[in-house]
Amino acid sequence: MLLNPAIMALVLVLIVVCSMLMLASGFAIQVLRHWDIESGSERQLGLERRTYLISTLLIWAFSFELMSLLLFIYNAESMSGQFVGAMCATGVLNVNGWGWPTLFLKMAVFFSGAVWLALNYLDNQGYDYPVVKQKYRLLLAILPLLFAEFILQLLYFTNMDPDVITSCCGTLFSSQAEGVAAEVSGLPPRNMMLVFMLIGVIVIVNGLRVALRGRGSWLFALLGGTAFVVALMSIVSFVSLYIYEHPHHHCPFCILKSGHDYVGYILYVPLFIAAALAMSVGALSSWREKPSLTLTVNRVVPRLSSIAVIFFALFYLAAGWSVWASNLTMAEVW
Amino acid sequence: MMWLFLRKQKHLIDYTLSSLLRRMGKSLGLLAVYTLIVFMLASVTLFTHALRKEAGLMLQASPEIIVQRMQAGRHALIPADYLQRIGRLRGVTQKEGRLWGYYYDPAVKANYTIMTAGQVAAPLTEIIIGTGIARARGLAVGDYLTLRSQNGEAFSFEIAALLDEKSELVSADLLLMSPQVFRRLFNVPEGFYTDLVLSVRNPREVRKVVEKLTLLLPDTRPILREEVLRTYDSVFSWRQGILFVLLTGSILAFVSFAWDKASGLSAEERREIGILKAVGWETADVMRMKFWEGMIISLSAFMIGYLAAYAHVFYASASLFEPVLKGWAVLYPQFRLTPFVDGLQLATLLFFTVLPYIVATIIPIWRTSITDPDAVMR
Repeated sequence: MLLNPAIMALVLVLIVVCSMLMLASGFAIQVLRHWDIESGSERQLGLERRTYLISTLLIWAFSFELMSLLLFIYNAESMSGQFVGAMCATGVLNVNGWGWPTLFLKMAVFFSGAVWLALNYLDNQGYDYPVVKQKYRLLLAILPLLFAEFILQLLYFTNMDPDVITSCCGTLFSSQAEGVAAEVSGLPPRNMMLVFMLIGVIVIVNGLRVALRGRGSWLFALLGGTAFVVALMSIVSFVSLYIYEHPHHHCPFCILKSGHDYVGYILYVPLFIAAALAMSVGALSSWREKPSLTLTVNRVVPRLSSIAVIFFALFYLAAGWSVWASNLTMAEVW
Repeated sequence: MMWLFLRKQKHLIDYTLSSLLRRMGKSLGLLAVYTLIVFMLASVTLFTHALRKEAGLMLQASPEIIVQRMQAGRHALIPADYLQRIGRLRGVTQKEGRLWGYYYDPAVKANYTIMTAGQVAAPLTEIIIGTGIARARGLAVGDYLTLRSQNGEAFSFEIAALLDEKSELVSADLLLMSPQVFRRLFNVPEGFYTDLVLSVRNPREVRKVVEKLTLLLPDTRPILREEVLRTYDSVFSWRQGILFVLLTGSILAFVSFAWDKASGLSAEERREIGILKAVGWETADVMRMKFWEGMIISLSAFMIGYLAAYAHVFYASASLFEPVLKGWAVLYPQFRLTPFVDGLQLATLLFFTVLPYIVATIIPIWRTSITDPDAVMR
């Protein structure tokens, strides 16, 4: 299966990103050991010069990573024709045991990359490189995640066997089956709807509070993460039902298909952006005490959280619209 | 704030464009090579994808299950009473026997595919042929074509009609005749068919029907339409992958070329950057400028290359890669593919062309941007 062009592209991207991050990690170790902003030594000057290179490298690396997440899902979706029993990305991810872990790792790397980029931006705003060590420590923590992603993805693609009959969304996301996916599908939709709406209101109100008053950023990050998880569960539990207009089809990937007007992208893209922004807000706000950053943090945190609120609102509007405009009526049943 | 940012980028792009125009020769050289790379990869992608789509569309109308009898591992004629033995299978909406085969014509050294069409060519002496055969033999409607039967008899047929050119991809080498003549020509006894076809309305029932068939008729081999489709899908992406691997060499050459171009600055460019830094540009500004330079070149090359590939594939029938991707035959159909542009293919292509370019130029760009003004202007 490695000779499929999209798979080749995905492997290529991760090789490139891994080598970029390895290069950056070498630099990160040097920074952690020798960085001394007070010193005017040649080594320190060299390090300061190289920070430009490294942050450019990493901005690209994390953008490539984001694109590879999109391509990964898109590719899984389009490969569904090549496996017995696969009708959408679910079936293709189920072809062997490595598909789902790869997807989750990709998401983890995406979010940590977003937080890193926010820290990097903050670092560039202060004249004395205030968070340089912390940001490179975070980078060293991301590296193993990335390696794991690379290995899992390679295992996933090399172990794809077209003869295996995979089980698709109909079996995985059904309330009768076993496992996490089935548990999520089997969640009582009525309660799920309430939780979904409640957390939506809380996260938006809290985001507005951060945007206007600049207080409660950590709570916002926490709520953003929770809202993200709840939103994914809700999509499986009831939003998808309304989109398919079918009381038993819970698949979170079929909504990406043209037959449902690509509504999945309108749901997922704002949701991912909003969650990444909310987490970045939390990461940034803890640097308010640094004298060289107070101004920047006070300027950037409200702005980022208002953008996060806009994207959260977009997501909730899209989800609400999907339920509202659907021909499926479950009000009496649930 | 946002406006300020956008305005700054706009001025940077303005500056980059004028500096690119000043170094026309060098920029054009890079653009040409870049475009060529995109053109080659895009041609492969567009062509294979269109072929795959075409195959899928074609098979849409074919029956869901084909049943062939196997004898000692070879495809053998299937007795007509197998149709009765199958009986009524739940889910099967239609079942019938087919007669078809190949005929080698020594005159043009080509194989014709002969099928029977009960209703279409009713008169015994008339046949309908595909445009490929008509071209190879120089035949028109009303002409006669002679075929020799298995025991040496010659049969003359009048050509009643030509098959529609639109279906040429499948019908170039096709010859339709009546079943009675087919049996005489190839010595196929009454009561036997080449294979059986079954239509199943619900795609989810196909596998169950096949399971029952293998129990009922153990000496047969059912072929599923979805299996054929899947094979096409994999084969085409595999062929595309092979070509991509072969083209990796040229991508690598391009990468080192781009690296070289980006790091080998002329004295004049060095001075330009020195002056920029002397008038107050920061390292980050120079890098941003260089970033826009890369973007302008990449996007132009990508668009020109992709459009050229589009023209190459859909208007010139991909003349450069045809033999590799399509296969080869005497009676090869002449066809124009229906244009398909697919998001996944586009994204893959971007990863194969723009990504290597960006990666190759990051380090040289940084080297350029940290130049000290006094070092170059002295």
